[in-house]
Amino acid sequence: MSEYAVELRNVVKTFVTPEGSTINAVDHVDMQIRHGEFFSMLGSSGCGKTTSLRMIAGFEWPTRGEVFIDGEPQGHRPPFQRKVNTVFQSYALFQHMTVFENVAFGLQMDKVPAEEIKRRVGEALAMVKLTGLEKRYPRQLSGGQQQRVALARALVKRPKVLLLDEPLGALDLKLRKEMQLELKTLQREVGITFVFVTHDQEEALSMSDRIAVMSHGKVMQIGTPVEIYERPRNKFVADFIGETNLLDGTVRAVQDKWLMVFVPALQAEVRALNNGEFRAGQQVSLSIRPEKIRLVEKPSECVNCFPAQVRQVAYIGADTRVIAQVIQSTLRVWEQNMVSTLDPDAYFQQNEQAWAVLPPENLLALPVD
Amino acid sequence: MGRRAPDGGVIFTFTLDNYIRLLGLQPDCLNPLACFDPLYVSILWRSLTLAFNTTLIVILMAYPLAYFIARAPQKRRNTYLFLVLVPLWTNFVIRVYAWMMLLRTQGAINGVLGWLAGLFGMPFTPLEMLYTPGAVLVGMVYEFLPFMILPIYTSLEKIDPSLYEAAADLGANALKTFWRVTLPLSMPGVVAGTILVFIPVMGTFVVSDLLGGKQVILVGNLIQRQFLDARDPTFGSAASLVLMVLTLIVTVFYTRKFGFGKEIVVG
Ligand SMILES: Nc1ncnc2c1ncn2[C@@H]1O[C@H](COP(=O)(O)OP(=O)(O)O)[C@@H](O)[C@H]1O
Ligand SMILES: [Mg+2]
Repeated sequence: MSEYAVELRNVVKTFVTPEGSTINAVDHVDMQIRHGEFFSMLGSSGCGKTTSLRMIAGFEWPTRGEVFIDGEPQGHRPPFQRKVNTVFQSYALFQHMTVFENVAFGLQMDKVPAEEIKRRVGEALAMVKLTGLEKRYPRQLSGGQQQRVALARALVKRPKVLLLDEPLGALDLKLRKEMQLELKTLQREVGITFVFVTHDQEEALSMSDRIAVMSHGKVMQIGTPVEIYERPRNKFVADFIGETNLLDGTVRAVQDKWLMVFVPALQAEVRALNNGEFRAGQQVSLSIRPEKIRLVEKPSECVNCFPAQVRQVAYIGADTRVIAQVIQSTLRVWEQNMVSTLDPDAYFQQNEQAWAVLPPENLLALPVD
Repeated sequence: MGRRAPDGGVIFTFTLDNYIRLLGLQPDCLNPLACFDPLYVSILWRSLTLAFNTTLIVILMAYPLAYFIARAPQKRRNTYLFLVLVPLWTNFVIRVYAWMMLLRTQGAINGVLGWLAGLFGMPFTPLEMLYTPGAVLVGMVYEFLPFMILPIYTSLEKIDPSLYEAAADLGANALKTFWRVTLPLSMPGVVAGTILVFIPVMGTFVVSDLLGGKQVILVGNLIQRQFLDARDPTFGSAASLVLMVLTLIVTVFYTRKFGFGKEIVVG
């Protein structure tokens, strides 16, 4: 067994558009997906997720670079000779076959004996909770059930890697949440490597062991959900995952763990976390998440605290979301509603004066692209 | 239901005489074996086998063509479909005449063959192609090919391409994908085309008249002659009814077996 279940090495995929120009749908991508991992590709529409997945499946061949599955270079190997299976976004179920026949199809192609097919199809359908619906045709099933058939059809072949292209995209929200949990549980049970494509960051964060954040055919960052959210490596990832406030500034000094950064919009020097990449004199962007800024009436200890005026308030239940004018910058601040009360004084009001505290350990320095 | 009057009119009375004649028997003949005349039964049988063969050959020719068109790039498809439809712009009878020109003893095909034979210094006697069952078959196939291509094309074109990818993904090569996915999903087109071809072929008389002459008499010709030449509309009507029932039986049997209107939602 090689080190990685799937590896993309410097992969480029160039398409000629109908207009006659060329586009790098996937642009020098390196990805190493470990055995048994739940790996997601996350990015907005058109960033090259599907194309990457299709190159692993064998529906497309890289223009440059190489795809490895279990250490073997795949070259121009056709899909039916690859040890991966796909769950298609549209499910792509065979409408003229029953549920049983759909799931059995892949095993028949492998010339598995009929007895074993029967047993394995039964197991696969039990796994996705479809026992008893063997004789139905796909059109006689709900969207969620069709989704499960697609899943069983791919899983029954016991692939090394299961590729899923926005498999939950067509389901309504409630079913979607249920299936997210089920998929994750299923993946742990079968231990198969999942490569999961989604544009829904909550889905990616909640399900994945690791996430590749993609933009314009490039990988912007690969990391665990915590790494991606708490330690984004560039402005794109910081801004794309969740919400953040960005403040531009210049590094004045480096003090081992800390950076002293002059921020013109705050007319002050602030203390920020040093990830070891910056030198004095460099331009940086400071990123701080809205929930990591504290808004207080009187600051007790005062590192990075600034007078603030509350501009807008939105009470949304779990949080109160505030837009605050801090010196010359406008910051989004989310205050968690820790106490259950009807007292209006417990919540910030418009035009109220307060102090914004930007804890240095929550202020992340990022390169300014 | 009626009897021919001596003056060519119709005497309206209930009688099965005409059906008995169609079966090759005489109404007042007491020994069926002695007076059995297979003429009409053999016409019916010939019509049936010809329609069957025509449909089969048309399916075998139309399917690859339709498949080719459906798999061609979007831009080309319209051109190909246009080419399929162009012959339909000329009159049906004129197209059959064109085949007469080609198949005649001094026709274009014999001309080319003779020239080729001359080129290689071989002796050549023109082939007798016109007025043979083969000529009728060729004419029928030619006339009805577009009516098979179009429905098959439509059903092939409707198949979601991701189904081919799914099949490949699950381990099917091109041939297996065709047998297990493409062909079954395009069956509605084949069934529709069969009905569009089989029924008219069963009833047509122009093609067999012009390309088969007196050699190939079909039930269509029989009916036409009863009405126009023999002036026996009652016998003609009986033959029509038998044709209708026969066609209906075949069609019903066929659609029962292969399904028609059995909705296949693709995608
Ligand atoms: N067959 C193709 N021909 C031309 N351009 C394509 C083709 N497939 C994808 N693209 C382009 O490549 C880019 C990435 O597409 P895709 O991988 O489908 O993105 P995603 O799945 O992330 O939405 C898009 O700009 C898309 O228009
Ligand atoms: Mg996509």
